[in-house]
Formats: sequence, structure tokens, C-alpha cells
Amino acid sequence: MKQFFEGSHAVAEIIKLCKPGVISAYPITPQTHIVEDLAQMVADGELNSQFVNVESEHSAASVVLGGSAAGVRVYTASSSQGLILMAEVIFNIAGMRLPVVLTCANRALSAPINIWNDQQDSVSLRDSGWVQLFAENNQEVVDFHLIAYRLAEDKSIMLPVMVCMDGFILTHGMEVVDIPQQEDVDKFLPPYKPLYKLDPAEPLSMGLLGDPGCYMEARYAVQETHKDVLKLLPKASAEFTAVFGRDYKDCLVEEYLTKDSERVIVAMGSVCGTVKKAVDNLRAKGKKVGLLKIISFRPFPYARVYEALKNVPKVAVLDKSVSLGAQAAPLALEVKAAFCGKKCATKNISSFVAGLGGRDITLDSIKEIFKKLTAKEANLEYIDLKPELLKDEYGE
Amino acid sequence: MENRLLYKPGHTACAGCGQSIAARMVIEAAGPNTIIVNNTGCLEVFTTRFPESAWGVPWIHSLFENCAAVASGVEAALRYLGKKDSINVIAQAGDGGTADIGLQALSGMLERGHDILYVCYDNEAYMNTGIQRSGLTPYDTNTTTSPVGSKSSGNIRPKKPMPEIAMAHGIPYVATSSAGYPQDIQRKVKKALSIKGPKYIQIHVPCPLGWRHETNLTLEVAKLAVETGLYPLIEYENGTLAAKRQIVPKPVEEYLKVQGRFKHLLKSPEELKKIQEIADNNIKKYGLRVETQ
Amino acid sequence: MFGPLIVKPQKSKGDNTGAWRVQSKPSFLQKNCIACNMCLLICPEHCISGKEKNSYHTDYHYCKGCGLCAKICPKADIVMVDEPQQEKK
Repeated sequence: MKQFFEGSHAVAEIIKLCKPGVISAYPITPQTHIVEDLAQMVADGELNSQFVNVESEHSAASVVLGGSAAGVRVYTASSSQGLILMAEVIFNIAGMRLPVVLTCANRALSAPINIWNDQQDSVSLRDSGWVQLFAENNQEVVDFHLIAYRLAEDKSIMLPVMVCMDGFILTHGMEVVDIPQQEDVDKFLPPYKPLYKLDPAEPLSMGLLGDPGCYMEARYAVQETHKDVLKLLPKASAEFTAVFGRDYKDCLVEEYLTKDSERVIVAMGSVCGTVKKAVDNLRAKGKKVGLLKIISFRPFPYARVYEALKNVPKVAVLDKSVSLGAQAAPLALEVKAAFCGKKCATKNISSFVAGLGGRDITLDSIKEIFKKLTAKEANLEYIDLKPELLKDEYGE
Repeated sequence: MENRLLYKPGHTACAGCGQSIAARMVIEAAGPNTIIVNNTGCLEVFTTRFPESAWGVPWIHSLFENCAAVASGVEAALRYLGKKDSINVIAQAGDGGTADIGLQALSGMLERGHDILYVCYDNEAYMNTGIQRSGLTPYDTNTTTSPVGSKSSGNIRPKKPMPEIAMAHGIPYVATSSAGYPQDIQRKVKKALSIKGPKYIQIHVPCPLGWRHETNLTLEVAKLAVETGLYPLIEYENGTLAAKRQIVPKPVEEYLKVQGRFKHLLKSPEELKKIQEIADNNIKKYGLRVETQ
Repeated sequence: MFGPLIVKPQKSKGDNTGAWRVQSKPSFLQKNCIACNMCLLICPEHCISGKEKNSYHTDYHYCKGCGLCAKICPKADIVMVDEPQQEKK
């Protein structure tokens, strides 16, 4: 049913329909509304979950780890400092192959402390083994949570999934979203049947010491499973379309007018909406431009990205995060890797960083990026910097 | 359900390990309908090295500091499944994993009132990583990070009063026990598990390697700690001292001289006096002295 | 899929920790035993078994020779004896 409310509430509505047994979270801007709405639903008897108010994000992740190990569907959400505080548990959950689903309301990382949106928090955990999906708008936020549970709980996958939505922009932005009916959700997402769980009827030990004799195999197994995720996401997306109608194609990337483009921006998250608008404006003026939206950041769909861009002469990768000390920003490094050693018409893959700490990315900024795609590759360029601030010297 | 061992031999604990005795007493008292959540530490490492596991009950290890939080999640899941009343949940950790790095998660669990028994195996240092000092290391103890030297007689701080901290959360049952009294451990665990709500039991467990004593003296050393008054065995129910093990106090030297970690004190009458004071304060505070007629 | 490190207890036989013994091992005389069960109770390895008087014994495959059983026996019915050294070939 189509409704008009803020993204956080949309998340709460879809999680309610997924019926998790244990929900645990710690408040952090801008995730707070999601969890508050879920708490209200539990208090009103609309949602029969155990709602555990914890004393830190580290414990929130630990609680859902325990709940999942006990064989129950679980949910948590966090952002920024909270996500990084629970980083230890994040790696632990992936290594223990537990199907936890977490909403990351993307927010910048301290220091300096900043509550506004960028993607540094979830991107910083890209090595953890979690599947990471980035949503462009609140409808995708709703739909990706369903796909997340379906993917995570698949017996051939059993990996946790992080659904990333830009903080404030999506969490507090109000959009029309279609919230599915419970019967349709039940059709797409059957009740969770754990592959292993803590049960006195069938005891087992979980989380053993993995010495050099077996640790590599355990890590290798997660890497191999990520290859299976690349194959399962398109299948899950097709199943999703069959029940709900909306089509995310392979749920790995979205190609927006890239087929005949001379210049393409690669991006992920809500900025893709702005880029699409800029592309439309420029196309109306006869410019051949396009957008490649990345949906699945982990596992990264290298083959798909290569296929989509191999005939595009100039590519700009727009990152809302950085890998300080590296030659290019994280998404740009992945895109460059997709072209490593390959024959293609692409002459230029440039890395642009914008929107850190919530600085607005305008249509003009996007058009500026398209303009900057000259023959020479930009190794790393920050958009919309304020030169007058940079002139300030500490101590004066 | 066939009669299976809840705690199996073939684990790699040191010979004479006090924690192994205590852990076995705990799980045997709790029975097969128990889920154990274990922090990183000696117990976790020596019982579960892939592909071996000494545990005959469902058991999970996550990280060093979060057994109380993971146990909270397990307990919440059992509540959701309607199974909590028939299954015990025990969260167990060493002294470091309880009083230091695990204090936050423990405090949260106690405050939220989960129906979980928390067991702290107190061998008074970070033994698994090589005998480093923890918040529960007693005054004047020789550890690798509070070593004895020309300018130091060991650890300069007193033991963190963990039972009191647990009690301050207003939980129904707090007790201390000792590997020297295995039946006492079993009695207290059974009692705790019969009470609903969060419970805290702290068990003094000698470590022959870290405390530097012979492997066959584990039980004697544990008993001496109790008999000198340095480790009072007490039970608090709903905030009031309900029971204590009364002693005919022995001088602290008898306990200290059997352990290499305290041998430097035998040459220092001043420090011995301070340790005796600690014991005397305990005896006074809890009324441990057996009244002579 | 070789997945998480999870083990069912039935599959685990434990290590041959009896091979750790270098000095002494317990000898259960089974003469004056009163079946107080203390040795079985306190063994850190849980490798002592027995039920009636004079039936208590240890599993030398696991026994580490710590000596706690000999110490605790109220009847001195368990004594520590030398661990046999490597036989000369």
C-alpha cells in the first residue's frame, strides 16, 4: 500500500512485516527513528519481538549475534561511531556465518565529529565479509531489506547483510513508498529455519578456536560464498519481481542510459537520484552522459561493471567516502580494479570525492564533474572545497 | 537423551587447573538443559580448539568482553520461542573478561534483569595471555605487568569489589565460591538457577602456572585463601548477606608462602602486615570468625 | 560449504593428554577405598570413574598426572608412582 512518511518509518514498517524475534539497538543519530518506531510497535502489540535496550552498540550487535545463534531472526541498526564501535562484533558475526540484517544509516565518522551523511561508516567495514547493499531511495530501502533477509538466510549463503541508506537524506526524507502486504512478504520470505542453532536437544559448540590448521579455509569459504551471492542476488531479485512487481534486474547495478554514453558517473546511494536528474538535463541538451549505479558494493560486481562501461571512453567515480592515504577513493579503486588488465575503450577512470560530512551535492556539482572528465585521469579530486578554510593555519 | 558427558576429558588445560574443576562443577550442577556463552580466555581456548570441543551442552563463544550481551540475546531468543523456562542460560568469563573489559556488558545485562547466571572464574590475572594484572588481581601480587622489582612489591591496587558491584545492580542473588569447595560451587549454582532474574557467582580458581604452585596443591591453595579470610565465601540474597562460610582464621602467611607469586612478601614484614589487614577487614566486614563459646 | 567453526560434541574425542605425563601418574590401589567419590569430583580432566568401593580408576589416555586425586583421597588409596620412562630399544 502506498504511504507517505519518512524513510526511518518505512524501515520500521518493513521490519515489522519480516517479524524478527529479537531486536536490539543503541541510539545514534540518524538511526534513532527506526528503532523508536519499532519500540512503539512492540509497545502497541503490533510486533511480537523481544526488544532489548542495550548499553552500547557493541552489545547491540552481540545481542543479535546471540539471538541469531539461538535460531531466531534478528535485526539491528546503527550508524557512524556506533557501527565502528560494533566493528569487532561485525567481523565476528560474518565469521560465525550468522544471518543478521543491519540497517546502516550512513553518517560521517569522527573526528571531526559530524552527524550528517556520508558513506565512510559502512565502506570502512567492506572487508568484514558482510554483504553490503546501497539504496538510492526509500522504496529501495524497503525492498532491499526483504531481499537482505531472503539472501542472508539462504542455506547456501548464511552471511549477514547490511542495507545502507544515506542518513538524514533517506532516513528523515519523506517519500511515497509502497509498503507490501503481510501475505506477500510471507510469500517471498518464509520463516527462518536455521542451519545450526543453540539447542539442548542437539548440542553443538559455536565459535571455536581456529588455529593455523583451519583458519584459512574458514576465510576462504566466506570469499567463495560472496561469489555465490553474486549469483543469488539476481535470482532473489527475480523472485522479488514475481511477488511485488518492482524490477531490480540483477540487483547488482543499475544502468541508466549508459549504453551509448561517452561519459558516465559511477556512484552509490541517494546521490544517484541527483545524478539521474543531471543526466536527464544534459541529455536534453544532446550530451551523451549516463549513470552506473552500484547496488551491491560487497560483493563487488566486477564483471558487470566492466560489461557496462567497457565502451565508455570517460568514467568518473563519485565517492562519498575516502581511503585516506590511497590514490583513489574506495569505489573508484574497485572500478579501476574491474578494468585491470582488460582490453576496453575506456581511457579515463577518474576518482571524485564529494558530499563528505553531509556537504550537499548539487546538480551543478554533478555537471561540474562531467565537465572535468578531460583526457587526463583525475587521481583523486575533492569537489566543492572551500579554499578560504584551507588557508587558515592552526595557531594564528 | 542419552546420558552424555557434559564436560569431557581430552581438553588442553594445564595439569591441576582450578578453573577446569570449577567449570565442570558449574555445568554438572546446571545439567544438560543449559546453554553456555563463554568469553575468550583459558576456559574457552582449552576446551574448544577446532575440531575438538569438551562441551556436551550447546555452547557459544563470540569475543572477549561480550558474553553477557550475547547471553542476553540468547535469553531474548528463548523468551521469544517460549522456551526460557525450561532452559538455563549461563554466561561465563574470567576475571579480566568480567571486571575489566567485560564490565559494561555485564552491567547492562544485570540492569536489564535477564534471567541469566553469570559466572566469573577468578584466577586473579589475565592468565591466558601470560599472567598479566587485571582489576581482580589482589594487592602486592607479582604479575608480568605488575612485576616485583627494586621499586615495586607487585600490584599497587586492591581487588575490585565485583560481588558488591553486581549487588549494587539490585539483583536477587550474588555469591562467591571456591574451587577448593567443589560441592559448594554445585550448591550455589543450583540455588542460583532456581531463582529468576540475573545472578552473579564469582569462583576463586587457583592457577598452578600463574600462581606458581605445584599442580597437586590447587585445592589446598584455594582452601587456604578462604581460611585466611582473604577470599570470603558469602551469599547475598536480594541485597542482604544471607550466608557466609565461617572460619577459624589462619595467618595470611600460610596462604602466601605456598605460591611463587607472593614469595617476595615473605621477606617484607611491612607488606605482610598490609595483607593481614585486608584479611582482617574481610573477617570483620562479613563476620567470618567462628564464635567460640 | 566449510562454514563457521561449529562442532557436535559426539564428533570430538579430545586430545591424548595422557601423553603429557613426564614424572608421575596416579595408581589406584583399590584396597581401602570408601567410594567417597572425591577423586571423581575434583579431577580437572573428568577422567576418573567408579561407583562401588574399590572400583575407582583413571583413564590414562587423558590423565595428566596432576596429583590432585592422590592429595584428596581420605584413605590414601591413591598414590603417585613414577611415570614409566621411554623403554630402551
